[in-house]
Amino acid sequence: MSVLDIVLDVLAAICLLGGSFLALAAGMGLTRFPDLLARMHTATKPQVLGVLLMMLGLGLRLRSGNIIWMLVLVALFQLLTSPVAAHMVARAGYRTGKVDSSALVVDELTRDVEAAERAAQQQRATAEQQGATPEQQGADDEGDAG
Amino acid sequence: MTVVVILSALMLAAGAVLAAVRAERGPSMLDRTIALDVLTSTIVGAVALHAAWTLRFDSVPILVVFALVGFVGSVTIARFAAVEPEGEGRVLTREESDALDAQRRAVEETEGSADDEHHGGPAQGEVTS
Repeated sequence: MSVLDIVLDVLAAICLLGGSFLALAAGMGLTRFPDLLARMHTATKPQVLGVLLMMLGLGLRLRSGNIIWMLVLVALFQLLTSPVAAHMVARAGYRTGKVDSSALVVDELTRDVEAAERAAQQQRATAEQQGATPEQQGADDEGDAG
Repeated sequence: MTVVVILSALMLAAGAVLAAVRAERGPSMLDRTIALDVLTSTIVGAVALHAAWTLRFDSVPILVVFALVGFVGSVTIARFAAVEPEGEGRVLTREESDALDAQRRAVEETEGSADDEHHGGPAQGEVTS
């Protein structure tokens, strides 16, 4: 066993331990954190950094050219799919009222949704008004064109 | 290496158990979904650890499959949990279910008797089971 082998094995061991520790931390966070967003925050740790560390450790331990590409593929798929899942879960959580806006420091989504609702209401009111008085609608159109 | 593998396995197992606890307790469907996502990535870590321990390559394709398929479940649940009402995320006991039934029946009866005075009830000719 050469020196290089030992160094690579030690690096692999550190990576594997780090990845496992992130999984443990995610478990503790899941049981202790109070609401959905905090739990989502803790869930991302093993999903991205944890899996990356595990793949790195496994690659350093196996040291085979062909298998490295498969591990890169695993990391790539994990990076591609976990944001999609997190986005869908967060969206559903927001729509079903599981996000407490008063606990947030920055809440751009609520602001944007309210602005969009106001705009839609205004548009509806304008449409109703125009439906009631068709002559005025023609005048408005001309005004807009000019 | 053996010590490292044992330590990692212990941490992974503890993380998986804690995630399973959240999946069982989680007040809403989405909390359970997140817990199961964490469980999936813990399983990926466990399979990787096994491969690193035995120096065998055969289980690496399993990792690819897990990484690819792991998000389908949570996306599906999130899509259909969008209309989940508040407090529906747990299994009712028999007493609670009976109480809910009685409440619903009482509401139906009062609506039926007050139908002549109030016009806000169910639509005319609506079949109530």
